[in-house]
Amino acid sequence: AVGLCPCRLLLLRRDGALRALRGCVRGLAAGPETHFGFQTVTEAERREKIYQVFESVAKKYDVMNDSMTLGIHRVWKDIFMHKMNPSPGTLLLDVAGGTGDIAFRFINYVRAVRERQLQQKLKRQQNLSWQEISESYREDKSKSLEDSQVVVCDINKEMLKVGKQKAQNLGYSEGLSWVLGNAEELPFDDDKFDVYTIAFGIRNVTRIDLALQEAYRVLKPGGRFLCLEFSHVSNPLLSRLYDLYSFQVIPVLGEVIAGDWKSYQYLVESIRRFPPQEELKAMIEDAGFFKVDYQNLNGGIVAIHSGFKL
Amino acid sequence: EEEEEGEEGWCYQLYPGHIPTSPLQKALLAVGSAVMALRDPYRHDMVAVLGETTGCLALPSLRDKMKHHPEGYRILQERPRIRLSTLDMTKLQGLPAGTLGREYVRFLEDNKVSPDTRMPPKFVDDEELAYVIQRYREVHDLMHTLLGMPTNMLGEVVVKWFEAVQTGLPMCVLGAVFGPVRLSTRKLQVLATELVPWAIRSGSNASCVLNFYYEQRWEQSVESLREEIGIFPPP
Repeated sequence: AVGLCPCRLLLLRRDGALRALRGCVRGLAAGPETHFGFQTVTEAERREKIYQVFESVAKKYDVMNDSMTLGIHRVWKDIFMHKMNPSPGTLLLDVAGGTGDIAFRFINYVRAVRERQLQQKLKRQQNLSWQEISESYREDKSKSLEDSQVVVCDINKEMLKVGKQKAQNLGYSEGLSWVLGNAEELPFDDDKFDVYTIAFGIRNVTRIDLALQEAYRVLKPGGRFLCLEFSHVSNPLLSRLYDLYSFQVIPVLGEVIAGDWKSYQYLVESIRRFPPQEELKAMIEDAGFFKVDYQNLNGGIVAIHSGFKL
Repeated sequence: EEEEEGEEGWCYQLYPGHIPTSPLQKALLAVGSAVMALRDPYRHDMVAVLGETTGCLALPSLRDKMKHHPEGYRILQERPRIRLSTLDMTKLQGLPAGTLGREYVRFLEDNKVSPDTRMPPKFVDDEELAYVIQRYREVHDLMHTLLGMPTNMLGEVVVKWFEAVQTGLPMCVLGAVFGPVRLSTRKLQVLATELVPWAIRSGSNASCVLNFYYEQRWEQSVESLREEIGIFPPP
C-alpha cells in the first residue's frame, strides 16, 4: 500500500471530528449517516451525489466499462444471462438497468431459445399433412419474442436516455419498456415479475435492505432474484493486484476518457465499501428469499447472488 | 471508521480542486492525456492535464523567474485572476483602439472565447505552482492578442512555439511539435518559413511573459507593450 504519513492521519482525524460534530447537528434534520465511497455523508446527500455521478458518466458509461474491465464485463453479463436461462414468455424486471446491457441480452437469449424451439418443431413437422401445416402457420404468426417482456427501471434519467438511444440504434423495439423508478420504492404492483435482476446497481442503492424488500414484493411466487455485483477477493495476491489496478489505473482512465476523475474514484471506493458475499447473502435471506446462493467470478472480483421467492 | 485503502484521498487537498496523485498515476495520466490530446485536439482538458503532470521541472523554474522579478513577485503575492467577473468589460471596450484592453476584448469577441473556460489545476502538488500554471493559462489569451494570432489550429501552434521557448513546459513543446500534424501543406509552409522562426526569435528575446501585471496595463498600447516585453512585430 502507499505509505502512510502522520500528518495525513492528523488531517483525517480532524476532519472526522468536524464531521461528527456537524453530523450530530445535521443528523437531527437530514437523517442517518452513511457512506459515499470513503466519505461519510447523510443518506440524502449520498442519493444526490450518486445521481450526479451517473448523470455525469451516462454518455461514456459503456466506453468506460469496456476500458476499465478490458471488455470482460461483457463476459460477466453473458454468464449472468446463462445462469438466468430464461424461457420465452418470461417477464423480467431489470432494475438499475440504465443503458440496457442486461435487457438486450435477455431479448437475444429468449429469441435464440425461441428460434431453436421453432427449428425443432419444424423438424418434427416434416411429415405432416397440408391441413396440419397451415394450422401451425396460424399458431406461429406471433413474432419470435412472443410474450417475453423486459422492463428496464432506473432512477437516473440520463442513463435511461442513453439506453433508449442504444435500443433504437441496435434495433430493439418490442418487448422492451423503460421506466423511471427508485429501487427502494418500485412503481410496480406486488407479485408481478418472473425474474428480478440488478446488475452493478445494488452497490449504488442507499438502503439495500429496502431494495431487497421491494424485489421480494414485486416478484411472483416462484420468481427469482438475481444480482450481479462487484464483491470481495479473498486471495491475497489477486487482491493486491486488483487494488493496485483499481486505485491507480481506474481513476486515471476516468479522467482521460470521460474527463471525470472523481466519479471513478467513487466507483472503486464504493466497491470496497460494499458488503462481501456472505453478508449480502444474509441480507437477501433476511428479505425473505429462499435457496440463496452465490457464485464467484474471477476469484470474487464479481459475484452473482441468486434467491427465490417461494 | 474511514479506511485508507492505498490512496492518499481527499484529506490531502492543498487547494480547492486538488486531486492528489501518486507518481504512477501521474505517469499514466501524462501518457493517457498525451494520446487523447493528439487524437482530439479539442479536448482542452487533456492538454491541461498533460501540462500539469509533466510540468514538475518547468513550473518551479517559472515560479523562480517570477519571484526574482519585482512585477512577477507582486503577481505571486496578489494572485490576480483574469475572469469575466474580475474584468470590467465595458471599460475595456471603451478604451482607444490599439490599447491592450481594447485589443484583448476584440480578440475575445472575434474568436468567440471567454477567459472563464480555462481549466483549474487538479494534479499539481504545490499550491503556489498551481497558481503559476493557472496564471499561465489565463495569460494565454493575452499572448494571442500580443502575437496577433487567432484561435484556429495554425494560430494555436504558433502561440505554442512561443510559449514552449518561454516556459519550457513539455506540454507546450509537444503541442508545438505535434500540432502541425493536422495542418495542410500550404499552412505548414507558412508555418515553417515565417511564423515559427518569428515565434522562436520573439520567445527567446522576450523576458518572461508571466512577469507582467497585465491587469494594470490595459491602457498601454499593444505596440509599446510588445517592445517592452521584447516581442517582435508579427509578420
